[in-house]
Amino acid sequence: METEIKPREEGGKRQRVRANMVNVFINGKRHVVPEHATIMRAIEYAGHQIIRGAGCREGFCGACGTIYRLPGDYKLHTGLACTTMVKDGMSLTQIPSVPMEKAVYDLEKLTPDVNTILKVYPVIFRCVACGTCSKACPQGLPVMDYIQAAMRGDIAAVADLSFDCVACGLCALRCPAEIIQHEVGVLCKRLAGRYLRKESKELDERLQQVREHRFDAEYAELMTMDKSVLSKLYYDRDIEP
Amino acid sequence: MYPEYLAESLKAVERTRAERLKLALSGQPVFPPMNAEQRKDVLGKYHPDFTPGAKRRVRIGPNRGEELTTEVADMLEARSMIEPKLMDIHLREPDYETDLLIIGGGGAGCWAAITAARNGVKSMIATKLRMGDANTMMSEGGMQAAVSRTDSPTRHYLDAIGGGHFENDPELVRVLTEDAPDVVRDLENLGVVWDKMDDGSMQVLHGGGTSRKRMVSCRDLIGATIMRTLMDEVKNHPDMINVREFEPAVELILDDKGHCAGAVLYSLDTEQFLTVKAKSTIIATGGFGRLHIRGFATTNHYGATGDGLVMAYRAGAHLKFMDSVQYHPTGAVFPEQIAGFLITEKIRGAGGQPLNKHGELFVFPREPRDIESAAIIRECSPDRNMGVETYAGRTGVWLDSPLIDMIHGEGYTRHQFPGMCRQFDRFGIDIVKRPMLIYPSLHYQNGGVGINERCETNIPGLYVAGEASGGVHGRNRLMGNSVLDYNVFGRRAGQFASEYAKTAKLGKLSVAHVNAHCTEIDDEGIDTDLVSPLILPSYTPEDVKIQQMARLGNIPARHSMLRSRFTPGERKTHL
Repeated sequence: METEIKPREEGGKRQRVRANMVNVFINGKRHVVPEHATIMRAIEYAGHQIIRGAGCREGFCGACGTIYRLPGDYKLHTGLACTTMVKDGMSLTQIPSVPMEKAVYDLEKLTPDVNTILKVYPVIFRCVACGTCSKACPQGLPVMDYIQAAMRGDIAAVADLSFDCVACGLCALRCPAEIIQHEVGVLCKRLAGRYLRKESKELDERLQQVREHRFDAEYAELMTMDKSVLSKLYYDRDIEP
Repeated sequence: MYPEYLAESLKAVERTRAERLKLALSGQPVFPPMNAEQRKDVLGKYHPDFTPGAKRRVRIGPNRGEELTTEVADMLEARSMIEPKLMDIHLREPDYETDLLIIGGGGAGCWAAITAARNGVKSMIATKLRMGDANTMMSEGGMQAAVSRTDSPTRHYLDAIGGGHFENDPELVRVLTEDAPDVVRDLENLGVVWDKMDDGSMQVLHGGGTSRKRMVSCRDLIGATIMRTLMDEVKNHPDMINVREFEPAVELILDDKGHCAGAVLYSLDTEQFLTVKAKSTIIATGGFGRLHIRGFATTNHYGATGDGLVMAYRAGAHLKFMDSVQYHPTGAVFPEQIAGFLITEKIRGAGGQPLNKHGELFVFPREPRDIESAAIIRECSPDRNMGVETYAGRTGVWLDSPLIDMIHGEGYTRHQFPGMCRQFDRFGIDIVKRPMLIYPSLHYQNGGVGINERCETNIPGLYVAGEASGGVHGRNRLMGNSVLDYNVFGRRAGQFASEYAKTAKLGKLSVAHVNAHCTEIDDEGIDTDLVSPLILPSYTPEDVKIQQMARLGNIPARHSMLRSRFTPGERKTHL
């Protein structure tokens, strides 16, 4: 199918381009949209105002988790609407929110080991290592591997493997063991940052200097400096290679 | 995959790469940085702020008569969403009461709630979308903090104030730079995983306009890392912090002494207007990228429509530097699906170089953002015609990322830039081997509501933090100073606003200032059907939109308030 369309780009830039059009089924209803559209653009092209189901629009925030099927394919696919391209015959729906209970805890009272996991998210020990979560992850993360690492108490590995998680919750929705994988990732990243870090000595020194008001005099001088003098100082400053 | 028509230009980039790598390794600047004269020239001729029609005089309100960015002036002169006289009953009996109302659930808002809780004060976060749907989530490259021994907070001060053309508020820049090391430690204690060297010292890199390596980072996902940490911490205090999602504020509430006393929220789910009575209020609503100023694509999140500016302005707050807009030098131009997508400045910090269609350097890669952007626009302009054109009618220049592995060693790009790699991998472009095509993208609201170092505005009880505030960055912000900004000022706003809330006594609640605003619009003879805050942009095609507009004028689709309208004869209550 080829039609002449006037796509409205974000930012109002419009030009006539010839685009191939495809059929997509949004919540079961057929719409004709440009083949180069992402799912998010297609939904908007069809005239919807997205309220739940769009956030950063660039793949960081996980607001736009979407499930879809393709013709002749039994699989239920998962993706982020902002970065997944439409395909002819795609049938899709967005997930407005992921029901779940995040554990409430005091980070200062936890230890970076398996005891914490047992206490905070005991549900992960239901994991049957089926790998459905990894298959569902739109970021392509080895979700099952980090859940397995969490079961071993390997907090650093969980933090590393789940680093790029956007917390869309698609893994949690697909998990037959009803685990909330992404929240386990957040917990472990926080444990790693808080307890497994190497201390930075030069940061300690700098904090000490600030506490001792070591920069007060320099600030006072800079803040009252005549603009032309300040400008000269700025343009003459040396730049670390 | 890059299409065939770009092959020739790509070859030119490869041809010049060996020579440019040598330059990069020489320790000398790869292109001469501009002096003050050259900066002035390129800005005046090519920066979008200086194009005809970019600014106009605002006719009403506290900044009346001043030249502001045109799209901002339009929003300030627009009509309110509420009918003040219908709010009376809910002002007498508010839907919510809290000590501290925080408008916006991004980095600054979450920090404010956490700090208030530390200070023993309960708060409510009212946010437009979900908590964390904010520009904070999207920041990639890093945060400036003078943590290394060769650096100092005062050097950071000099870089920031020079980058802002010496117009920044000195007091604000001082607290920004002096609080920075403590922000690094505070975040680390909350569980942010920083990039570190083997000995535990912070890994630091350059950003545009830095004279010392000062950019601390979390791979290329600093925003997501910080945001998820702060959100998690907020959710760990359900007894202290009440979070209301999909309930953006649309107007502030004042009391009869003119003190800020809360806000009117608009539930996106039920289309109800809800009132919040609060002893102090923080605006942490972020910026305005989704206003698509000058028609530019934006790096901003969906809800970045400058709502805080509009509300605060109607309540009488003064705006600063609202004639200046930041365009990030490197937004994606290809593929079309991600046009506007932010390519982190860390790419240039790590050695990436902007190149014209012949693969030639034309600017120092790490000028301050306004200068770098203007230089890229100049290169693509008809005056030089050295840009690369795409089938979709966009123009850009190359950003040569393959140099990064050549400089830092194989695997560096994939480990340090997982977000960038993933985004381009999706379209079959391996940025370790191929450059990216880029053009400036609307990125940041340099100005905002005027504040002091306690985040106070000229309205008692109203505090502002983060991108919604003005003065910290003057007319140009440096990379990594906005991540720092919302951390520093989010903490400060939470601290000072919660302290204020402990002793504040509120009078009678009122939205009379909204009436005054309407009267001013009419008195000035302003003809507008715009309703603000905008809340969400609409990306439906124009023909569809016109069909939707048949209902009742220029208001966002589905937010027409039509669903809550009475049909004739149905009305049971007399309004």
